[in-house]
Amino acid sequence: GKNEDLKQMLESSKDSSKLDAMKRIVGMIAKGKNASELFPAVVKNVASKNIEIKKLVYVYLMRYAEEQQDLALLSISTFQRALKDPNQLIRASALRVLSSIRVPIIVPIMMLAIKEASSDLSPYVRKNAAHAIQKLYSLDPEQKEMLIEVIEKLLKDRSTLVAGSVVMAFEEVCPDRIDLIHKNYRKLCTLLVDVEEWGQVVIIHMLTRYARTQFVSPWKKDVVEEYNENNFYESDDEQKEKDQKVKKTYVMDPDHRLLLRNTKPLLQSRNAAVVMAVAQLYWHLAPKSEAGIVSKSLVRLLHSNREVQYIVLQNIATMSIQRKGMFEPYLKSFYVRSTDPTMIKTLKLEILTNLANEANISTLLREFQTYVKSQDKQFAAATIQAIGRCATNITEVTDTCLNGLVCLLSNRDEIVVAESVVVIKKLLQTQPAHHGEIIKHMAKLLDNITVPVARASILWLIGEYCERVPKIAPDVLRKTAKSFTNEDDLVKLQILNLGAKLYLTNSKQTKLLTQYVLNLGKYDQSYDIRDRTRFIRQLIVPNEKSGALSKYAKKIFLAQKPAPLLESPFKARDHFQLGTLSHTLNSKATGYLELSDWPEVAPDPALRNVEAAEVVGRHRWNVEGSTSQVHIFGFQVSRKIFYVFYSDSEDSKKKAKGITKKRNMSSSSDSEASSSEESSSDSKSESDLQSDSQSGKPGRAASKEKKKKKKEEKKKKNGKGLAAHYHFSRQPCIFGERMVSVQVTVTNTTDQKIENIHIGEMKLPAGMRMHGFNPIESLEPEGSITVSMGIDFCDSTQTATFQLCTNEDHFNVSIQPPVGELLLPVTMSEKDFKKEQGMLTGMNEASATIAVAPQNSSSPVIIERVVKAANLGVVPSGQDNIHRFAAKTVHSGSLMLVTVELKESSTAQLIINTEKTVIGSVLLRELKPVLSQG
Amino acid sequence: MIHSLFLINAAGDIFLEKHWKSVVSRSVCDYFFEAQERASEAENVPPVIPTPHHYLLSVYRHKIFFVAVIQSEVPPLFVIEFLHRVVDTFQDYFGICSEVMIKDNVVVVYEVLEEMLDNGFPLATESNILKELIKPPTILRTVVNTITGSTNVGDQLPTGQLSVVPWRRTGVKYTNNEAYFDVIEEIDAIIDKSGSTITAEIQGVIDACVKLTGMPDLTLSFMNPRLLDDVSFHPCVRFKRWESERILSFIPPDGNFRLLSYHVSAQNLVAIPVYVKHNISFRDGSSLGRFEITVGPKQTMGKTIEGVMVSSQMPKGVLNMSLTPSQGTHVFDPVTKLLSWDVGKINPQKLPSLKGTMSLQGGASKPDENPTINLQFKIQQLAISGLKVNRLDMYGEKYKPFKGIKYMTKAGKFQVRT
Repeated sequence: GKNEDLKQMLESSKDSSKLDAMKRIVGMIAKGKNASELFPAVVKNVASKNIEIKKLVYVYLMRYAEEQQDLALLSISTFQRALKDPNQLIRASALRVLSSIRVPIIVPIMMLAIKEASSDLSPYVRKNAAHAIQKLYSLDPEQKEMLIEVIEKLLKDRSTLVAGSVVMAFEEVCPDRIDLIHKNYRKLCTLLVDVEEWGQVVIIHMLTRYARTQFVSPWKKDVVEEYNENNFYESDDEQKEKDQKVKKTYVMDPDHRLLLRNTKPLLQSRNAAVVMAVAQLYWHLAPKSEAGIVSKSLVRLLHSNREVQYIVLQNIATMSIQRKGMFEPYLKSFYVRSTDPTMIKTLKLEILTNLANEANISTLLREFQTYVKSQDKQFAAATIQAIGRCATNITEVTDTCLNGLVCLLSNRDEIVVAESVVVIKKLLQTQPAHHGEIIKHMAKLLDNITVPVARASILWLIGEYCERVPKIAPDVLRKTAKSFTNEDDLVKLQILNLGAKLYLTNSKQTKLLTQYVLNLGKYDQSYDIRDRTRFIRQLIVPNEKSGALSKYAKKIFLAQKPAPLLESPFKARDHFQLGTLSHTLNSKATGYLELSDWPEVAPDPALRNVEAAEVVGRHRWNVEGSTSQVHIFGFQVSRKIFYVFYSDSEDSKKKAKGITKKRNMSSSSDSEASSSEESSSDSKSESDLQSDSQSGKPGRAASKEKKKKKKEEKKKKNGKGLAAHYHFSRQPCIFGERMVSVQVTVTNTTDQKIENIHIGEMKLPAGMRMHGFNPIESLEPEGSITVSMGIDFCDSTQTATFQLCTNEDHFNVSIQPPVGELLLPVTMSEKDFKKEQGMLTGMNEASATIAVAPQNSSSPVIIERVVKAANLGVVPSGQDNIHRFAAKTVHSGSLMLVTVELKESSTAQLIINTEKTVIGSVLLRELKPVLSQG
Repeated sequence: MIHSLFLINAAGDIFLEKHWKSVVSRSVCDYFFEAQERASEAENVPPVIPTPHHYLLSVYRHKIFFVAVIQSEVPPLFVIEFLHRVVDTFQDYFGICSEVMIKDNVVVVYEVLEEMLDNGFPLATESNILKELIKPPTILRTVVNTITGSTNVGDQLPTGQLSVVPWRRTGVKYTNNEAYFDVIEEIDAIIDKSGSTITAEIQGVIDACVKLTGMPDLTLSFMNPRLLDDVSFHPCVRFKRWESERILSFIPPDGNFRLLSYHVSAQNLVAIPVYVKHNISFRDGSSLGRFEITVGPKQTMGKTIEGVMVSSQMPKGVLNMSLTPSQGTHVFDPVTKLLSWDVGKINPQKLPSLKGTMSLQGGASKPDENPTINLQFKIQQLAISGLKVNRLDMYGEKYKPFKGIKYMTKAGKFQVRT
């Protein structure tokens, strides 16, 4: 044989020559040359001790085993042994190769190997098992049921390494078994951010499909978005009640919200496929008001290479038809560059056209003028089409566009002129009333234009509106009758049409001409022309044979014709899921899975419940959660009390009670106290603030409406009391980045169990949002429990009011944040601080001279007091007399810079720099007394 | 997912094929060749081509088409992004990615591709992990391997595969510990005839080369993080920390990587560092046209503009150009009608210019359009957005690393309409 030398090398006792041989063989495979005759010589080396030889043999085996099944079986025992190797890499690669050998006879061996590997201690081996599932399934689909069992098992796996691969297997083997996902849904949502990027794409696509079968549509009209995470803890009866309510107001399922929230950070992924996956998820699942958050990230992808641009632009094109608003702010990002490939140019043009509206059309038309002049004539022609579409969609500019197109009729480039004619024809059809002049102008062009489709369009126009140009039309027919034999078929047909129409409207002048044309048509080479001629003659020229139809000839030829619709070619694409191959191709690709319509009634959400122990949240981006410590350096001692208070140990609870007695509210406090609280919270008086600082806690008590007060007093008498106090934990909120984190401690002061403590109706000022706590099933007498909630105060001190409900009763609670709690500390160097401060002068600066009590003038005291009063970060300072603090507002992230500069004679200058001037001045007012009091 | 991969050169030769499932005949590429012929230019070949039984998804880089064969529905960006990752990996392994390089290292290429996909689904795409599985070729290692019989293939599972920091290998050791960060900004702009800006945006990246021992935990903060409007991160960056404090906190991969890409908010006015004065005119009935362009500095913050290149696609009617540059060299290709002028540095005292005449097709009417001028340039030590790194701190390791930060501004897609 010709590969004799290679065979000899493989038989050699030296590993180096074996390796050389294997390298040459792999080179042959790479080039697509046939190396199958070497199979027996190669397979002998499958158990080589040299790991590189072994790997190359694997490469060879995977390529040729299918062709040499009998010989391939010789290698199986080696792999079976390797599956038990203590080294996980060896176990995994043995499974990889074994499952890649497409030899049906080893199906049972593969099945066994997969089952074992799916329980392997190494997640890497389990990942490989998930891959092997798909391989076995394509080799022998009959194994499906057994494989589904393995999939079910691996879906429960908590390793981020396995998640993507097993979901991939699920998608290939049993995508319809949605039931396998329920119990793993929340885990997948939580793990998502830590899964490798490819797995993320697969999981996001699967969860998109899942969500569309499990949740009700967030797009219904009169949608009220509420953050209510209660329902899956409720009993069946309550659930039924809820269901009835759903018909009135829409409440997003908390699991639906979980998916949206956990995918959002992935918009910042470096991987374009991940970003697109999240974008399509938001498009298909998010309330319409939220889908807009993906625009910016999609526009960012346009700076990537041309292939990514191509796919992203296609998807934006589809989105921009339905929801213009999403991309309008990025209009200029779609401007075309002369160096863009034609396919990119055309897509950008498509998007620009979709985005055109009354406000931007004049800018756009100016931009289009540049494109019309492009050297790329195909693109210039597409631009003319685009102008036509703008003209029909935006009536204000129809005339402007039409005039612009008419100007193009004198362009030197024939393609441009031809395209303009075609578009003008369509436009005139929509409103022919007063465009006689344009038609005349176009008639003149006939002498110069040679492009058939343009000539045909002009002739059709003249024929259709021949009564508006009675003098010119017969003349055009005369001219074209002369050139008839040399015209393109398309043009010939229109000459015949023109003749027919003139014959019917102006037979005196055109009868002979038309008959002449009909005679030419009768002997034309094209049978289409001959047929058409015969047809027309029968219709318009009356003779004894012609039937009843000729009476209606005029009605037939000159019927009012509907104007053509100028629509986006992307209009039809939206029935494919965005981001899919099918969407790109605009036809259903093999294996495309339809996205189902939202169900009318959501299936039971309890299906997704798992025993608490099973839900595992592990956030890599959160793991190093030292962020809070970073803020509070220099203030650790006093903050500690704060934290200890909220830990669950009995000890700290006792301490907490001591500290916070004053804050206790609702039914347990007497009416005088609560009314004073109420008034103080309204006025934001200084004394209120002071009392906060005294208690060592910047929280403020809940107050209630007067109406309820009596009721609660009564309850108290009956021994039914529920005390709730809250405070601001000063940590980033876990429920949403714009929310202020609030912790509520609920205490049962009665002698009976209180059940089902939950949040009822919320009354929030416009724009504010609230994320309630999970319902507390029951609270024993004397028991107390602390729960977290998040409120987005929109950087304002407006009050959030909501109902705190129990099984039997409900209380109104209002929370009004002190301005200092609307902040989160920022770490910053002195230099940074000065720089930022330099940019926030003038209107953004507020200052006041304040008195400083002598005992308050030392650095530690100033820092302690200021930080106590407002959630500020300390900026290291080089000067002893100047103290700087920095924070940002929770909602908008605007900087809030505070400077305290000690002056002589017990005064200080207090300066606040911020864009948020309103809360800046409130903060100034609240900080003023902080240092003056002892 | 990905069934097979074919690498095709400019001449239309398939010079490498790799299959991850059963073999797909290379004749499937005929559909690709047809599309290539229709497209006339490489960059107009559609990235997605349907054939009766398969779909061909391709990327074009380094004059090579990387064509993936797909059999069923898959997000196209998944495949495209993966193919780009393959190219990046080759570049990382061999320094450059070219047909010759790939052919010379075909065994390593094959071993790497084998690790990157299993059954068509990505398995290991982090270069730090791949390099532990398959060591990149070096001359020294090749020599040593031949003598000792040792191999390029690792026999242990890279620790990264299992850790929470999959992008970093363990046991990294350096005698000189260094971390370099390059802040590179590109200006994309369209300037209209009169010199005013139609649209301008800044895209920036921070590329890092980190060679630090052990498991360093770095934080990088900016003087003015609010400039960054939209960002995308390397997976190593802790997102929450960025969200709450605008600080980049990360355990870096070993070696070269892109830490961050960002977009500077469109609200900020973009400083345009150069201007082009142009006078390009054609006259009806004359076979001569006038051509004159001058390039000068505008908002450069006192820095020198260098590496200036001007190129322009002239209209078809231009037969030839007779031009004199005040500096640099210029070429006009009468076949492609491409004019390019390598200007070099701009000296503000003596502005570079290129003047002369164009000879036009006799008798033909003057072209409708004026050519667009494409500009390339570089400005060292400047991030045009004003972005500034505040400080870089290292935690978790005791030694003192050497730290360096470099800034550069470049032209991205910078066009001047005339």
